[in-house]
Amino acid sequence: MKRKEVVAMLLAGGQGKRLKGLTKTLAKPAVYFGGTYRIIDFPLSNCSNSGIDTVGVLTQYEPLVLHSYIGVGSDWDMDRRSGGVYVLPPYEREDGTSWYRGTADAIYRNLKFIEQYDPEHVLILSGDHIYKMDYERMLDYHKEKNADCTISVIDVTLAEATRFGILNTDDDLCIYEFEEKPAKPKSTLASMGVYLFKWDILKKYLLQNVDHPDTSHDFGKDIIPLMLAEEKTLYAYPFQGYWKDVGTIDSLWEANMDLLSEYSELNLNDPEWRIYTRNPNQPAEYIAPGAKVRNCMINEGCSVYGEVNHSVLFYGVEVGEGSVVTDSVIMPQVKIGRNVRIHRAIITENMVIEDGAVIGAGREDNSEILLITNDNETAPSANASFPTPTI
Amino acid sequence: MKQLMGVINLDHELDLLNELTYFRCGAAVPFAGRYRLIDFVMSNMMHAGVLDIALFVRRKYRSLMDHLGEGRPWDLDRKRGGLFILPPDWNDPSDVSTGELQHIHNNQDFFERGSAKYVVYSGSQHLSNVDFCDAYEHHLKQGADVTLIYTKVDQLQPEHQSCTRLDVDGSGRVTDIHRERDHPNVYMEMFIMEKEMFLTLVKQCIAHGESHFFRDAIQKNRNKLNIAGYEYKGYHAVINSLESYYRNSLDLLQPEKYNSLFREQPVHTKIKYEVPAKYLETADVSNSLVANGCQIGGAVENSILFRGVQVKEGARVHNSIIMQKCVIEENAVLENVILDKDVVISRGRQLQGDVRKPFVVAKDTAI
Repeated sequence: MKRKEVVAMLLAGGQGKRLKGLTKTLAKPAVYFGGTYRIIDFPLSNCSNSGIDTVGVLTQYEPLVLHSYIGVGSDWDMDRRSGGVYVLPPYEREDGTSWYRGTADAIYRNLKFIEQYDPEHVLILSGDHIYKMDYERMLDYHKEKNADCTISVIDVTLAEATRFGILNTDDDLCIYEFEEKPAKPKSTLASMGVYLFKWDILKKYLLQNVDHPDTSHDFGKDIIPLMLAEEKTLYAYPFQGYWKDVGTIDSLWEANMDLLSEYSELNLNDPEWRIYTRNPNQPAEYIAPGAKVRNCMINEGCSVYGEVNHSVLFYGVEVGEGSVVTDSVIMPQVKIGRNVRIHRAIITENMVIEDGAVIGAGREDNSEILLITNDNETAPSANASFPTPTI
Repeated sequence: MKQLMGVINLDHELDLLNELTYFRCGAAVPFAGRYRLIDFVMSNMMHAGVLDIALFVRRKYRSLMDHLGEGRPWDLDRKRGGLFILPPDWNDPSDVSTGELQHIHNNQDFFERGSAKYVVYSGSQHLSNVDFCDAYEHHLKQGADVTLIYTKVDQLQPEHQSCTRLDVDGSGRVTDIHRERDHPNVYMEMFIMEKEMFLTLVKQCIAHGESHFFRDAIQKNRNKLNIAGYEYKGYHAVINSLESYYRNSLDLLQPEKYNSLFREQPVHTKIKYEVPAKYLETADVSNSLVANGCQIGGAVENSILFRGVQVKEGARVHNSIIMQKCVIEENAVLENVILDKDVVISRGRQLQGDVRKPFVVAKDTAI
């Protein structure tokens, strides 16, 4: 097997409980975002654009959609002779069977996968965030600092710092302490969940940690503190640009809305840094006479006869005559009938909204974001009909 | 269907779309916001399960090759068979064939290697979503030597003038082939024939110094061959002139036409990874088709915007077709215009064509 300088390991097994109905039948990285993408498109495209061609995707929770979505990885240019993208679910071994017990455990159980490529560095990514990042620059930094581990950080406000894993560093960005959700943060550098390790060092700590009685098999809780305790060289890599954890219904909605401003910080239209995705191959969207479409992002395959304002429409959505959709995210193939009102809602895939339905309209502009799913259905592709609700 | 091998012959298609075909063949002309004309016949063959397609090209095929690549969007990047783009590079000193027969003579390997027993032969100018499987079954049922695919056109347009017409009797047999201008049965330049017979007829034609398979092997032999007609009844458009291109494009703004072309079965094309179209606060879009990657701040009406077009604030686009990556700057006004790819219309500029004769701007220019 050809040697690789870097192998990326993408943690995609999480459920994302706070996304409620959205992750009922799929893992969080497979959740839709931005009119055409799934969250995992971002780290995968970043890898592809950064020249990292070997990626292990660790799956566990509801992996069907993810597995079939990733396929052989050709959409991200990852169908390679050597390397490429590999889906790595937990598997049965001689010494017994168990699920991945934590982020570090997931990597530990795939030592053999990584060893095949005899890499110098291993990049740990998570499938939970929306951002564009050149990992190659981070690698240059990591090598320049001769770090054992480099953690990508983003500067947050002091108030926000209480919600993140915070890295305390000296002036040179050398890390001396890691605090998970500190009540009184000493710094505002939040970990983005992007770790770059020297592989031999990481391997040593994974082996050392796995049998530790108190371990929770987690990078943030176990591996990083252990390395700090043993005075390894850890550096923070300051990232600038758009980065968002879309872990809740509100933050997912917000991230979608962020795309609508004319000069959005997250430019998805950059030919030098394309975000690749599985293309649904739909015809150009049709905007009918009398339709009103403002401040929107609308994907191919849509037919709009009504009014859409400040919203994101995924592919194949229909908006009937006289309907008004505002401040909402409408996921693929949703059929919205006539004279429907939708305000501040996320409507999930394949829903049918009947004529005259009112969803969330007439509420304050800061009211809760409604998530409309059909709880009776188990298969995400099944057509669901939504009775006329007034909320 | 493993029984069918496809031939798309572009040799005798004239490039009559003015500026749009100066540097590309007709089959490579962009259409409907994100396709090229060839995508329709390619997709129809794909849906019929055709596993080998030979594409005969002679001129201006660079952009076509770029578009088709290995044929991946149509699932033709196969271990066996797949897509063969066959330009005229042949060097048989004993070759006496002429015209389109040169392609067949010089690419006999394609026909011999493929395991399919029947050939489905097509051009690129008739847009449809004809079901070749159904036509093939019709061919077998009729026990015909060749089955010609045609459609009944209620309202004949100027582009139909140059089309061949078929007389079909009550039993579905083609009794005459001609060019009477007011005859409604328009031959769609698609036929199905057994491979053996096809190759035999090609040899005969070459031996007699002939050059055009349909005319010389089928039309001239119409009394000797058992010719069946297969009537197709779905979306149909002929694109063989600028005028027909413009009118048939804008016709897709009628939902019935749009649905009959795109909703029956997917049409596949080369994939671009553009972001969904963005409509700004100042956008005013109505009765238009918009592809991904567009950013619209101006007014767009009765128009088609291809991928990655920018219409800036205050600009107005009316009855126009704007191809990939064009930029319409602030307060520019376009009416009855076709912009080829990568055109920049500068601030305040006004361009106006006629409804019957749109004003065309060639690729990569700034006005």
